[in-house]
Amino acid sequence: MIKVRDIAKSYGEKKVVDDVSLSIEKGKITSMIGPNGAGKSTVISMITRLLDKDSGEVLIEGDNIFTQPNNELAKKISILKQSNHLELKITVRELVSFGRYPYSKGRLKDEDHRVIDEAIEYMELEELEDRYIDELSGGQRQRAYIAMTIVQDTEYIFLDEPLNNLDMKHSVQIMQILRRLVREKNKTIIIVIHDINFASCYSDNIVALKNGKIAISGTKHEVIKKSILEEIYEMEINIQCIFGHNICIYFDDQIGDVTENDAKEYAQTVQHEQLRA
Amino acid sequence: MIRKLFRLDVLIVLLLIFSILSMFVGVVELRPRDLFSLTEEQQGILLNSRLPRTVSIIIAGASLAVCGLIMQQLTRNKFVSPTTAGTMDWAQLGILIGLVFFPGVSMLGRLAFASVLAVVGTLLFMQIISRIKFKDIIFVPLIGLMLGGVVASVSTFLAIRTNMLQAISGWMHGSFSTLIAGKYEILYISIPLFIVALLYAHQFTVAGMGEDFSKNLGLNYQKVLYIGLFITAVITALVVVSVGMLPFLGLIVPNIVSVFRGDHLRSTIFLTAVLGAIFVMICDVIGRVVIYPYEISVGLTIAIIGGFVFLFLIFRRAGADA
Amino acid sequence: MLKMTNKKLILILALGAVASIVLYMLYDLNPAIFFYQIPSRAKRVAAIVIVGVAIAVSTVIFQTIVKNRILTPSIMGLDSVYVFIQTSMIFFGGASSAILLNSKANYFVSMVLLVIFTLFVFKFLFKFTKNNVFLLLLIGIILGTLFGNLATFMQMMISPEDFLILQNNLFGSFSAVDESLLWITGIIVLVSILFVLKDFNSLDVMSLGRDHAMNLGVNYDRKVSQLLVIIAVLVSAATALVGPMMFLGLLVVNIAHEVFSTYRHVYLIIGSAMISIITLVFGQMIIQFMFDGGVELSIIINLVGGLYFIYLMLRRSKI
Repeated sequence: MIKVRDIAKSYGEKKVVDDVSLSIEKGKITSMIGPNGAGKSTVISMITRLLDKDSGEVLIEGDNIFTQPNNELAKKISILKQSNHLELKITVRELVSFGRYPYSKGRLKDEDHRVIDEAIEYMELEELEDRYIDELSGGQRQRAYIAMTIVQDTEYIFLDEPLNNLDMKHSVQIMQILRRLVREKNKTIIIVIHDINFASCYSDNIVALKNGKIAISGTKHEVIKKSILEEIYEMEINIQCIFGHNICIYFDDQIGDVTENDAKEYAQTVQHEQLRA
Repeated sequence: MIRKLFRLDVLIVLLLIFSILSMFVGVVELRPRDLFSLTEEQQGILLNSRLPRTVSIIIAGASLAVCGLIMQQLTRNKFVSPTTAGTMDWAQLGILIGLVFFPGVSMLGRLAFASVLAVVGTLLFMQIISRIKFKDIIFVPLIGLMLGGVVASVSTFLAIRTNMLQAISGWMHGSFSTLIAGKYEILYISIPLFIVALLYAHQFTVAGMGEDFSKNLGLNYQKVLYIGLFITAVITALVVVSVGMLPFLGLIVPNIVSVFRGDHLRSTIFLTAVLGAIFVMICDVIGRVVIYPYEISVGLTIAIIGGFVFLFLIFRRAGADA
Repeated sequence: MLKMTNKKLILILALGAVASIVLYMLYDLNPAIFFYQIPSRAKRVAAIVIVGVAIAVSTVIFQTIVKNRILTPSIMGLDSVYVFIQTSMIFFGGASSAILLNSKANYFVSMVLLVIFTLFVFKFLFKFTKNNVFLLLLIGIILGTLFGNLATFMQMMISPEDFLILQNNLFGSFSAVDESLLWITGIIVLVSILFVLKDFNSLDVMSLGRDHAMNLGVNYDRKVSQLLVIIAVLVSAATALVGPMMFLGLLVVNIAHEVFSTYRHVYLIIGSAMISIITLVFGQMIIQFMFDGGVELSIIINLVGGLYFIYLMLRRSKI
């Protein structure tokens, strides 16, 4: 379990993160949601020691993160940030191999190669492994980076907006992989995510941030509620249960000149489909 | 406060004040009240040295600053200037070739050599940056600086082979002290160029938006580009031939104006010209006063003052970004 | 598969370096002054190897840190500072000043001042500019222009005789190198490289960027500040020994990137060092045997390096 206590960060006068405390449950997917500028990425960067915090502490299994040797920590926590454009001439396999660095220090042993092969297979990258990463599509590249974190073999995996710039198909693919990682390898995953519906469908717990503070944190059923989300995002949000998932509908009712009749008709169709399912 | 006072009329008054100051600062004592009872010597100094000097400062400062502005508009890059595009180095090489291969060549002849090479060099620079896709704000001036470095090494090679390194480097170092009557008039050539630049000001702004954008608005992109390059290259060559290298000028003056007044060329071109003249005037007067009765060349004072101003601008901007 | 080819390439380059050195040592030997020629050439070869390796290693590491293939430590005004130091010595001490004549004193003064300057600029790089290479570069250029103009101003005021003495010191050249300084520089470079040796693998990780490197357990910020000190020492030592070689690093490291299409620092660093040696030896042969020593090597290197750079720019755009 990771426990975060009162971490804070200010840039000049502006408090970007204001005494945030939370705990991250093992073996679950925890999503961080919130409007732009809520401090989601900053919180993640501080928990994973990429960014120095002004105050507070982060405990992993009861030990302070910042007193641990970097290399040991790299075997417990991995973090994948959002902008990952690299100008390096580097193949997928080489990139994935970097994940073994905390263990091998650059000298790969048979055991390391086995782990790398496994991850490449797991992420279905076999056919791409000798391609250069700058030749890949966004979804393929994201898979390669996730393969790298798998190879790093850490208990906790942090992902900062892993669905950025991905289309629906690839987004779903990535989220399915994350679920598989939790199910089959018992990983603990924390993601920053913008799409509340992805958060609602694929995560177990949700932490919502606003203005650098925790607005609410709990299971997804506790968080995905009309009153809560409307307050966080300051807009009208309706929640419909579709196929057992709470789906937020946040388009305003004028879009496409939807009449009240249309809306009623639509709601009926949805109910029918639910019944059928 | 500064923003409010940053107006053309205020700047012109400032320029007038500094020009008058410049007329009366020098080794030979001359006071404003002497004007009504000038000795022959004083009259000579005034007409043959102080006046030409002051006029050259105004012309050189104003036109070089405008050159920088035009180049920045055409390349859409705040850090391109006659120095950072290598234009000055090309002009210098041109002068050197003139001196080495045609020793008796006149001032006009040297100007011709300098202009031709400056035009060629600037064209090459534009060619290169139009071909690269990665138009990063550092990358573009860096290419110019590299190009300038290559050209400068050719110049150095020539100068060393002909044993002129000291003479050349001294001579290229910007200074107004040698600009007396009979030597400075060549600078007047930049006045018609300046007028053409004014006429085309709006087109330069449009051309800076890119070839497709200009064509969409029915602008002859190539033509405007070439006119802009020709004007800047020839003015730069003129200044290098008559005054020497004046670093930073084309870089900082337009940047200061842009901080206070934005980027629309038609409204900033006069401000840039006047501020350029004021800036050089201040630097020159300081150079004349600091180790009086000796003189520090304006090339040095500009480098020092301009350098600090530029650093200040950079950090201001960095502070705003953070 | 790829590894084999890279290893082979290193071998070929090493052979090339040795061959070029042998060629240089034996070219057009005159039996009458044989005993003068051999040691004098050997000394130059030693200087070439030391400087070539120092510049290559420092440039590769620097480019990994700043993530940019066209920046080198020396672009940031180091040359101008060197010229400034040399000029001030003559300006304030006169040509007869002990400092300039005594090349050891000159070496140490230059070296210390260059290290101070470089570290100062680097401090800007990672503190003030918040890692913004763009700012750093501009600061470097500005400081360079400043020092360059100060130097030119002083040069105008010294006598032509003094200037000639100064001129000999201004350009990078391997012709007159003090033997004991060779040893000192050699040791400095060797020790610095021994420090870096263990970092080759972490440099690979660092080329992924700060976030990835931290994630993989590399203490990025501390590593960077250590490496910057080593770069400052390497570049300053090389410059103090033979004078500025502005475009050398750019030239050889980019060739190395062309030859080895890899991110592995083992290959990049060793490869660049070999290419650097070959380039300098051939450059030395050209100025010594074709121009009879009438041109300084640094001018040739600047010319070739600059042209190569422009070629690179133009070619890259086509891809």
